[in-house]
Amino acid sequence: MTHANVAATPGSSTAPRRRRSPLTFDKASFFAVFLGLPLIIYVIFVISPFAQAFYYSLTNWSGFSPDMKFIGLKNYQRLFSDEIFLKALGNNVFLAIVLPLTTIILALALATMATVGGSSVGEVRGLRGSALYRVVTFFPYVVPAVAIGIIWSMMYDPSSGLVNGILVDVLQVKSLDSFAWLGDPRTAMLATIFVILWSMTGFYMVLFIAAIQGVDKEIFEAARLDGAGRFRTAVSITVPLIRENVQTAYVYLGILALDAFVYMQVMNSAGGPEYATVVMSQRLFKAAFTDGQAGMASAMGVVLAVVTLLFASLVFLVNRLTGGESEGKKER
Amino acid sequence: MSTTTPPAQAEATAERPQTLRGAPKTGADRVVAGTSHVVLVIWSIVIVVPVLWAILSSFKTSSEIFASPFALPEAWSLTNYQTAWDQAGIGRYFFNTIIVVGSALVLVMLLGSMAAYVLARFQFPGRRIIYYLFLAGNTFPIFLAIVPLFFVLKGMALLNTLPGLIITYVAFALPFTVFFLYAFFRSLPDEIAEAASVDGAGLWSTFFRIMLPMARPGLASITIFNFLGLWNQFLIPVAINTRQDNWVLSQGLAAFAGQMGYRTDFGALFASVVITILPVLIMYIIFQRQLQSSVTQGAVK
Repeated sequence: MTHANVAATPGSSTAPRRRRSPLTFDKASFFAVFLGLPLIIYVIFVISPFAQAFYYSLTNWSGFSPDMKFIGLKNYQRLFSDEIFLKALGNNVFLAIVLPLTTIILALALATMATVGGSSVGEVRGLRGSALYRVVTFFPYVVPAVAIGIIWSMMYDPSSGLVNGILVDVLQVKSLDSFAWLGDPRTAMLATIFVILWSMTGFYMVLFIAAIQGVDKEIFEAARLDGAGRFRTAVSITVPLIRENVQTAYVYLGILALDAFVYMQVMNSAGGPEYATVVMSQRLFKAAFTDGQAGMASAMGVVLAVVTLLFASLVFLVNRLTGGESEGKKER
Repeated sequence: MSTTTPPAQAEATAERPQTLRGAPKTGADRVVAGTSHVVLVIWSIVIVVPVLWAILSSFKTSSEIFASPFALPEAWSLTNYQTAWDQAGIGRYFFNTIIVVGSALVLVMLLGSMAAYVLARFQFPGRRIIYYLFLAGNTFPIFLAIVPLFFVLKGMALLNTLPGLIITYVAFALPFTVFFLYAFFRSLPDEIAEAASVDGAGLWSTFFRIMLPMARPGLASITIFNFLGLWNQFLIPVAINTRQDNWVLSQGLAAFAGQMGYRTDFGALFASVVITILPVLIMYIIFQRQLQSSVTQGAVK
């Protein structure tokens, strides 16, 4: 750190002034506190646990006693023959496919309506009152997921919930009387996905509205003059132009889907009927903090991390292969 | 935040007279605009109704809740809120949350901006490695770290203590904070820092007197996002902060809902939910514009 220099614009030579003071107290203390302090906290509480997890995953450590034996890849072997864990992995993969897809399609549709729902003659412009829609639909994004999970488990309550209240009492769908949305293996997962969709759509709608508004309006006008209809414009013009934003949304939503801990834990803490909604993070938490299998839980953490990284690279790869921006352009 | 800005319209009018603002709408336009409004209104209702219903239910007694999801409460009393606050411990969890989130927020913004500032504006060996180290923290799921983290805190006698929770919050909010403030400090002009240095200001005072105030807009949006992230945090406290006296709102709320059975006071549960949402609702109403424009800037970048 003795070379510490004031970074002027790269390449500019402000060297003389910098060389003048080799290592004053001001500079030493500045670096120790400004970089050293945050870095130490970060390394102790974030980086070192990440690194240790890989080691623990190769041991049979319970976490309760200091006894720890190196057992190689045994934890991983056991994981991949554990039916519940495989079910959880499958559920996570299902979530990572369905949740981003539905959320993005809905958010894109709403964003398109809010931006180009206006007149087809003259300037392309947005829908009147779209600011209000944005404010309202964005709100669930800021609500704690625990609160959302509780509200919706009450909404889904078979007899006193509002969902069945509307369906049975108002719309007279008598076959759904006392139907347990979260208690039936056929509906538990989809009902849960809807809750996450409910909380996330507004955020991505705002993101997409901003992206669409960032597109040069003349492109839309040109498409219109060429006779492209609204739906055609949305699919062939808008989506390709904001594909980087769609990709970002896909990665974030996928990471959320691969975690999904809070929603699942609050709405079906034991994993749902016939483990319909169990996810890896729940198995990990149980192994670590209830069953005393710290080594096994670490192995689950590694699997979760690997799946997350694979997922993100897959999204980038698909985007590249289907003609997304090249790496060089992205790094602007 | 209207989607059409008047200057742009004026320009369009001047350049292309045929695209006047008052151009007649075609019938199809009305249909599309109408349909768009209907769909957006429906989705807004889907968003608002569960929240309003929870607020409404927070004033009902358990038997009223069981009787009908639609009925209004017989009497609008705050009994449920009292029960939630005192007996269910929500009051205590509320103060714990304020202490933990408040301290963590101040610390992470201070430490995060210091680290981002050094990384963004100084050249020294190892700078890139440290930057990528912070980037890595944004990439891996917290679940990978949670088991070893538990034992790190245990080894330092910080497990199940508020300081332990605070420092963990700070550590896990750092990568996000550093990452975004790094970009912000990079964008600040060099001249002012140089002028300060010529005037004899030391590195410390240059940062606190000049750079930090200049970074205020960036700090504000990151603070809002960190507030939301920490206020809503659930996994970290349920893993490393299990002593009930030290619980934060999210875990107290989940525990309250988790013991749901026949004897649960559902009215009080709804009241606890509303108490948890209220601070973020207030934050949202105040900072809604700033929050949305941060998202917007991220999209256009």
